[in-house]
Amino acid sequence: MADYKNFTVETDADGIALVTWNMPDRSMNVFTEEVMDELEKIVDKVAGDEAIKGAVITSGKETFSGGADLTMLQKMLGLFETEKKKDHDKAIRLLFDGAGRMSWLWRKLETSGKPWVSAINGTCMGGAFELSLACHGRVAADSDKVKMALPEVKVGIFPGAGGTQRVPRLANTQEALQMLTTGQSLSPKKAKSMGLIHEVVPPKKLVEAAKKMIKDGLKPVQPWDEKGFKLPGGPVYSAAGANLWPPAIAILRRETYGNYPAATAILKCVYEGLLVPFDTALTIEQRYFTEIMQTTEAKMMIRSLFVSLQELNKGARRPVDVPARKLKKVGVLGAGFMGAGIAFVTAKAGIPVVLIDRDQEAADKGKAHSAKLMDALIKKGRASEADKEKLLSLITATPDYQELDGAGLVIEAVFEDSAIKKEATEKAEAVLKSSAIFASNTSTIPITSLAKNTKRPKNFIGIHFFSPVDKMMLVEIIMGKRTGDKALAVAMDYVRAIRKTPIVVNDTRGFYVNRCVLRYMQEAFSMLIEGVPAPMIENGAKMAGMPVGPLALTDETAIDLAQKIMKQTIRDLGEKAVDPRHMELIDTMVDKHGRHGRKNGKGFYDYPEKPAKKHLWPGLKELYRQKRAEAVDIEEVKQRLLVTIALEAARVMEEGIVTDPREADVGSILAFGFAPYTGGALSYIDGMGAARFVALAKRLQKKYGKGFKPPKLLVEMAESGETFYQRFAPESAGEVRKKAA
Amino acid sequence: MADAYVYDAVRTPRGRGKKDGSLHEVPAVRLGAKVLEAVRDRNGLDTAKVDDIIFGCVDPVGEAGSVIPRSAAFEARYDNAAPGMQISRFCASGLDAINFGAAKIAGGSDEIVIAGGVESMSRVGMGMSGGAWFMDPSVGLPAYFMPQGVSADLIATKYGFSRDDVDAYAVESQKRAKKAWDKGYFKKSVIPIKDQNGLTILDHDEHMRPTTDMQSLASLNPSFVMPGEMGGFDAVAVQRYPEIEGVNHVHHAGNSSGIVDGAAAVLLGSRKAGKTLDMKPRAKIRAFTNIGSEPAIMLTGPVDVTEKLLKKANMKLSDINLFELNEAFASVVLRYMQAFDIDHDKLNVNGGAIAMGHPLGATGAMIFGTVLDELERRDLNTALVTLCIGAGMGTATIIERV
Repeated sequence: MADYKNFTVETDADGIALVTWNMPDRSMNVFTEEVMDELEKIVDKVAGDEAIKGAVITSGKETFSGGADLTMLQKMLGLFETEKKKDHDKAIRLLFDGAGRMSWLWRKLETSGKPWVSAINGTCMGGAFELSLACHGRVAADSDKVKMALPEVKVGIFPGAGGTQRVPRLANTQEALQMLTTGQSLSPKKAKSMGLIHEVVPPKKLVEAAKKMIKDGLKPVQPWDEKGFKLPGGPVYSAAGANLWPPAIAILRRETYGNYPAATAILKCVYEGLLVPFDTALTIEQRYFTEIMQTTEAKMMIRSLFVSLQELNKGARRPVDVPARKLKKVGVLGAGFMGAGIAFVTAKAGIPVVLIDRDQEAADKGKAHSAKLMDALIKKGRASEADKEKLLSLITATPDYQELDGAGLVIEAVFEDSAIKKEATEKAEAVLKSSAIFASNTSTIPITSLAKNTKRPKNFIGIHFFSPVDKMMLVEIIMGKRTGDKALAVAMDYVRAIRKTPIVVNDTRGFYVNRCVLRYMQEAFSMLIEGVPAPMIENGAKMAGMPVGPLALTDETAIDLAQKIMKQTIRDLGEKAVDPRHMELIDTMVDKHGRHGRKNGKGFYDYPEKPAKKHLWPGLKELYRQKRAEAVDIEEVKQRLLVTIALEAARVMEEGIVTDPREADVGSILAFGFAPYTGGALSYIDGMGAARFVALAKRLQKKYGKGFKPPKLLVEMAESGETFYQRFAPESAGEVRKKAA
Repeated sequence: MADAYVYDAVRTPRGRGKKDGSLHEVPAVRLGAKVLEAVRDRNGLDTAKVDDIIFGCVDPVGEAGSVIPRSAAFEARYDNAAPGMQISRFCASGLDAINFGAAKIAGGSDEIVIAGGVESMSRVGMGMSGGAWFMDPSVGLPAYFMPQGVSADLIATKYGFSRDDVDAYAVESQKRAKKAWDKGYFKKSVIPIKDQNGLTILDHDEHMRPTTDMQSLASLNPSFVMPGEMGGFDAVAVQRYPEIEGVNHVHHAGNSSGIVDGAAAVLLGSRKAGKTLDMKPRAKIRAFTNIGSEPAIMLTGPVDVTEKLLKKANMKLSDINLFELNEAFASVVLRYMQAFDIDHDKLNVNGGAIAMGHPLGATGAMIFGTVLDELERRDLNTALVTLCIGAGMGTATIIERV
């Protein structure tokens, strides 16, 4: 039957139709309008054809399916915005119908009277897993490549095709809620233990096992359509339910601070849905899905965390006319904490590394860091001894610069001292070919000034990692004044190879990320000085969506380091460059109280021996006259912390330091966890609209000073009604963004 | 508007609210019937003249369901003319029943009302009526729902009460209750529960532990660490009160109200009704009111409702001779005394629920009777009765002897 573009249907002698999903123009199956239309025809055909006993659905690709095409959803939402302006009610109705399309098609399949079995041969995500759950039988291949998940919540939406209803009707409620609200991935074994799939079989026997279920008389009726169906977790209103739901609601608040409407909606769908018959439950889910799709959070999270992130990972900003080059050898100068981390991630990507330090012992110590990290992975079952041996064999630890011979890229991560950096640069260049790229991992010295050390400034670039290197997913690529396109291309290819996300930043003090982070910390210092109780600052930050409070963050990076940087800034830029009250606070902490941060167990927090938890240093209350909690507006605390960062991001755009809003947004989330529900530091502004943001900034400026003065760019945008994504429209040339969740 | 008068107040003893409690064998409805019988028999009341029977009951399900005062009236052989209704405002239900009855009398619709409450916690169980408040995410999230114990710990954390503070309060409550029982201060109101043969089942509050001291309390582990940490409720507290870093869990079974079975009833009537039935009023309901307040901290409502009520009644704190505040948790009472700077000598002078127990729907009517007896014993004039309430509410009533 060549009736379908995306599927083949072959009916065997037993009357079992094998439906193989294999989209011709894609590397991964995703749901499109066309796919849905064809599937509906197939469901009808199977149901109506007497000769067909039942159907097995599988994929012709390595993966089963990535789920819905989110860029399609993004377009649909764009269209909805336009339609809504014309006819509000009609637009909502259309969105509601659209939201239910997939759900009711799966329901049709489930109630078609013929048994369906899903043969899950590979990664099966979102709508595809929901399709599988609607099948009467579910078989998965026993393979590491098979992962099942309903990950929608990670991009601000939720499983809206029956996922919130079928999962808690198959698994116990607690596990169901956990899976749905976190988007966690399940191995076949885990999925089976939860009751979500029936069988795990060797990959080669997958289709056979699926067909066997039908031959063995699989009933084409789901448990919830049988009379007397009982929920695996027991009724909502039962002793078990009373133990489950109140903490479930509290834990949702603990984990999300109420900032993620989609996660909340999942809980509501499950609670309300389990109290009614299945069809009514699907309608409830459809209503919530329609609501959630209209949220700013969904729009922003889909854009930044899915679309933009993928585009950047695929090198959206890479100069297209420089051919890609595979790196055969990478040099890392300096085997300290950063250098050792860079060596690790490079070797982990399979690239040979030469790790250089002043003597063999120092270099070996840097290499040992990789061994330690691999041991940790082995302990967690995420790597083998063989992986460790292979990785370590790729790292050559040596004091000998001659070993750099043949390296296409060298990353300098030596001490932040211009003289030491100069020496390292010159020694390396003496060995390197003229075509090699030299990158500095400096975080404090402008690239353009370091480029004075080189004879080949075109090939000199910044590759700025964040600590710890193995965990932090963002890398800033810093363009010096004379850095050329080839250096940029090589740097981006390298970052892509180590599977991190690059953003391109023009040279300036602090680059992009640290400028923002500094503002975040400084705002906390100001609050402390005003007498805002320290817990309100830290809790306020987390309530605003930040992963780490600004005082805890300062402790992590060290208070004495902050002191050094502030003093250096005064030396470089003059007294006015640092708020004297901040200097006084930091001097008091470091010089008077010896509080250097986490490293000496004494910072803004005290760090008692484990298992005791860190807690704020009680002495903070004595430093400044404390305000009463009732006199502090926690909403304003939250706003100040987000607005100060967003303003800095806007300034960075105005100055042309970052030029693409996707990079500013994704960078802010990956580097310092800027409230992900906002979509990032610029989307935070776009989400509320520049006019409202400027009004908010001005209000804060009146109360808290010139740091909140909105830059001219924002004032203009407020007047014109523009967004960052309009004013700095990213070029979308050259990338494929067709993937799914 | 007519004034509402108090003619009598009775209560059952409080049985331990467990399967081994003495009142566990007594159906909830029978507890209600016993207090109705006592009100009738002590006052020679013609029950055909009773305009309403209002009982508070927090978990009116199972045997406590279907309008328990009406059922109790049948068992007590009241005249069919006496109707009944059941209300709930959680822990203040018994006091709200009195206020409701007083309002009906003041409004002129009723002349005689019996108001009170009943709860058999050993037989029905706490929380058995369920509810969206803590189960439904659409409610629990905006309500910042937390179990009351965590709320009580939050009060202690926010207002600075240490474990020693709350334990010391509990020890004092036990001492006072013991002394009051020993001296017979409760005799006037407590009716022994007897079986059909006249054999006594229970004639005293059996939850009391008069030997309690600081040392014995110190050995108890705090009860709400698990729900706070594992159940996520500490995080709810912190998000609602970001000025705290975490919750200091100080409450345990020894400084929280006891789970018990019991019932209470108060005979209310107009001045005219008293004359007709030849009864002498003991007190007048001077004023009452309710409030709603922030639901996460939940149990500070008595402070807010007292402020509102005094203002409404045009009275000062110093006009109140005795305060009776339900001892749901020690921190609730400590916060109340802290907020108003009230001396413990004027508050819960005969102990409270930490020693004697808190039969949810009945407690309001029980402590109402307790403080009325004490006003008479001390020959004082005015008392204020109040209770903290689930979901952040508060009820308070001021009575005045006549």
